[in-house]
Amino acid sequence: MPENTSIQVRDFEITTGNRSKSFENIVVALMIACSAVAIVVTIGIIFSLLFESINFFKKVPMSEFLFGTTWSPQTALRADQVGASGRFGAVPLISGTLLISFIAMCVATPLGLFSAIYLSEYAGNKTRSIVKPLLEILAGIPTVVYGFFAALTVAPLLRAGGEGIGLNVSSESALAAGVVMGIMIIPLISSLSDDVINAVPQSLRDASLGLGSTDSETIRRVILPAAIPGIAGSLLLAASRAIGETMIVVMAAGLAANLTANPLEAVTTITAQIVALLTGDQEFDSAKTLSAFALGLLLFAVTLILNMISLKIVNKYREQYD
Amino acid sequence: MSKTTSIIEAKDVDVFYGEKQALNGISLDIPENKVTSLIGPSGCGKSTFLRCINRMNDLVDICRVSGDIRISGQDIYAPEVDVVALRANVGMVFQKPNPFPKSIFENVAYGPKIHGLTANKAEMEELVEWSLRKAGLWNEVKDRLNETGTGLSGGQQQRLCIARAIAVKPRVILMDEPCSALDPIATAIIEELIDELRENFSIVIVTHSMQQAARVSQRTAFFHMGNLVESGNTKNIFTSPKDERTQNYITGRIG
Amino acid sequence: MTNMFTTPSRLRKARAAAERRFRWFGLIAIGISLTFLFVMVGSIILKGRGALSTSGIAIVVDLNPDNVDPNDVKGTRFDSLMKKSLRNTFPDVKSRKDKKKLYGLLSVDMGFELRDQILENPAILGGPQKLWFTASDDIDLLLKGAVDMSLAEDNRRISDMEAGWIDTLTAAGDTRRKFNAKFFTNGDSREPELAGILSALMGSILTLLVCFLVSFPTAILAAIYLEEFAPKNRLSAFIEVNINNLAAVPSIVFGLLGLAMLLNVFGLPRSTPLVGGLVLSLMTLPTIIIAARASLRAVPPSIREAALGMGASPVQATFHHVTPLALPGILTGTIVGMAQALGETAPLLMIGMVAFIADVPSSIVEPAAALPVQIFLWADASERAFVEKTSAAIIVLLVFLVLMNLLAIFLRKKFEKRF
Ligand SMILES: Nc1ncnc2c1ncn2[C@@H]1O[C@H](COP(=O)(O)OP(=O)(O)OP(=O)(O)O)[C@@H](O)[C@H]1O
Ligand SMILES: [Mg+2]
Repeated sequence: MPENTSIQVRDFEITTGNRSKSFENIVVALMIACSAVAIVVTIGIIFSLLFESINFFKKVPMSEFLFGTTWSPQTALRADQVGASGRFGAVPLISGTLLISFIAMCVATPLGLFSAIYLSEYAGNKTRSIVKPLLEILAGIPTVVYGFFAALTVAPLLRAGGEGIGLNVSSESALAAGVVMGIMIIPLISSLSDDVINAVPQSLRDASLGLGSTDSETIRRVILPAAIPGIAGSLLLAASRAIGETMIVVMAAGLAANLTANPLEAVTTITAQIVALLTGDQEFDSAKTLSAFALGLLLFAVTLILNMISLKIVNKYREQYD
Repeated sequence: MSKTTSIIEAKDVDVFYGEKQALNGISLDIPENKVTSLIGPSGCGKSTFLRCINRMNDLVDICRVSGDIRISGQDIYAPEVDVVALRANVGMVFQKPNPFPKSIFENVAYGPKIHGLTANKAEMEELVEWSLRKAGLWNEVKDRLNETGTGLSGGQQQRLCIARAIAVKPRVILMDEPCSALDPIATAIIEELIDELRENFSIVIVTHSMQQAARVSQRTAFFHMGNLVESGNTKNIFTSPKDERTQNYITGRIG
Repeated sequence: MTNMFTTPSRLRKARAAAERRFRWFGLIAIGISLTFLFVMVGSIILKGRGALSTSGIAIVVDLNPDNVDPNDVKGTRFDSLMKKSLRNTFPDVKSRKDKKKLYGLLSVDMGFELRDQILENPAILGGPQKLWFTASDDIDLLLKGAVDMSLAEDNRRISDMEAGWIDTLTAAGDTRRKFNAKFFTNGDSREPELAGILSALMGSILTLLVCFLVSFPTAILAAIYLEEFAPKNRLSAFIEVNINNLAAVPSIVFGLLGLAMLLNVFGLPRSTPLVGGLVLSLMTLPTIIIAARASLRAVPPSIREAALGMGASPVQATFHHVTPLALPGILTGTIVGMAQALGETAPLLMIGMVAFIADVPSSIVEPAAALPVQIFLWADASERAFVEKTSAAIIVLLVFLVLMNLLAIFLRKKFEKRF
């Protein structure tokens, strides 16, 4: 043993450490600042959307925006042209957004839910470990790719199919965009529902199977009812994704602001119009440009509310089984 | 033998977890350079008391401590106290061995490094060797100081944690059931080690094993439901307990 | 006496059928989803394959001193020389309209291509030389067999006359197909046969770089604070709600934020990787924070206790012990976030990264395109040859995404929790 190292009795000094406290304080302050970025971004979003929207509503009454049924945002060619300014009724955009999102949910809900049920209740470990990542790939493919596929392959296919049975399908139909968008959100629904279903305690399953129920009866009568709130939460989140999705509708749904519930016709959406309004040349203060921010505000508000409700439901559900 | 001096003096210590009171007015003196064992049935507050001594309880949000704990005469709950400096002087060994997932050398060197105890590399190497020798681990690991600490056996890991604690040269070492995760042979080695460490450190150990308390400690304190029932010389406690509850516990009737 | 352990057979059959049906629904759902995935990726790969090769046509060009002055090569009128050479190859062509078609066999760049070949190898000057030139996009498609010649002549972009010229050239061995290096070394172009992805790729790389440099440190510090230091109070809860909500805000809204704040209020340069990266970093921030918090949470508390118990300060315990252990998980989350950012298009449209950019950007404050935006632009272009370019660009994008995800999986496997 090295002789010279022995216990030197240090002073029992406990009021000051030797580390640099000011340095640590700076580190902590920096960390707090970084966390606050989340708040700053939210405020930034709300502030910039509100500010431009207020400017917009100075030019176009809010009632026209919310209840008007004509959307044609062209501005006058000459400033003195009276009455030639655009019409900013957002109803066709809202209905178009809802129509496409509805189609997407109709596609994604059964496919996503049944995939999740199969994967969590029936599939063996091996199948699961192969199929789950494959489904995740669907979520990882950029939406511009879906848009390209929808416009170039699915839309002409639907059109040809429609002709075959005597239907007139628009080449930019809501159906094409909706179906492809539905496929895109399958993994969102399936993985969230998978989590939710897995959170249902094994004891409930055992109880039902112990009474002699079949697997499917257990799923339908015990697991799904127990998981319904969580599944509802994940469907809301998926719907908010669909409403906010941009590239698929920009590329496959087009810009025709038709007020229709017919999925074979062309409709346009809030996001597609925002892109149309803000790409290309723009004068900053025109009603046309500002209207994009009013649409953005509408979009932000709707998705925020959906997300909040969904998070609340899912969290409550989690607590229940923790 | 000169009159023993107390290194830790606790007076009227109350601890609450939220609404629930975990310790009721504990007053206990801990002698210097001796081993003091805390015994008592599960949930009686032994760990809680131990964690008051180096203020690990500060990490529990809902925990409130009142009363007076002095080490070397200094109030460790005084506002000017830096908990970090306190813990450098009051080391702790935990129930489950918890070496850092780093090399054996780095495990031991970490404390001296952050507290700036050595001036150069040679001094550090010397200090690491001294600590590992003190912990009775040197011969087993001297050829593989660069391997990771988590690759050692449970008993070796616990001795590594002890080496890590003494490398900082604290005054007091707190041990919370240090042998509960170990087999009898590893336990025997650690018990022997504790006896040797007494020469340089004051040790407080929580244990569930009556035999262990009898073997390693000079003083024993018996806790029951948040109260300190009695404390005194280990021999006296085990041979002639004054309180009936102590009697029942050491003879195995409660616990 | 009936056996009490068997249900009446009718009921049993119905239940078994219901069971089978249910199982089939699941299988069909998975089947449809995966079929769609394979059809989509497969069709894009099939379409994009063509863009990897390009067609060339060999033409005899008379490089005698009358046509090209050896002392003043650059003064040559390369375009008219090329046209003349084409006319000489097919002397029968007389009408203006047909001549125009004839010139259209080659890419509009033919003059430059000739100049480059002469400058590269001046030894060819002096007399007639047979040189290779890039075919135009329609001819390229024809040579790849992508033009349906069974259609009526009016319904296809290649007339019988053009097809005849190409047949003649092919018979003489004067057409070829080779690897399309230009696709990887050229910037964008209005001419499909010349368009490449280099400018978009560089733009994407620069944008991601900015995005990473901003979001990674911010996210990691925020995650550490929220997981290790934040007191359980209203403010922390509010930050948490904010992060969760930001993670679900539509990406186009971040684009609007970038347009209104970064461009119009702070006056940062439009269409640049700087602004694009900043916008994307705000978007990826929540993703990385959430992943980083999960992996910090997975570090066992005993590690923290060990460090704190020997007098490490909370900052020391966190940065010396907890964060290094959580790092692989944090990196995995970061890569996933970056992959998302790489494929993101909508916010970039908002901040003007849709301009036609042919030059390869060399700094983050120069206007640039990005890979997904390039895909969007090409998908919109009217020339049919852009379809295969678009598909090929998608393949490149997907390859990058696959590589990033493989890296993430590798990291996760390599550093699988050892505590
Ligand atoms: N973090 C905490 N939060 C709330 N209550 C706690 C916490 N830690 C301990 N307690 C409570 O304080 C009381 C004393 O606990 P303590 O851990 O000190 O017991 P112990 O004597 O060490 O028991 P054991 O021998 O089982 O380790 C127990 O009733 C326990 O439930
Ligand atoms: Mg305990």
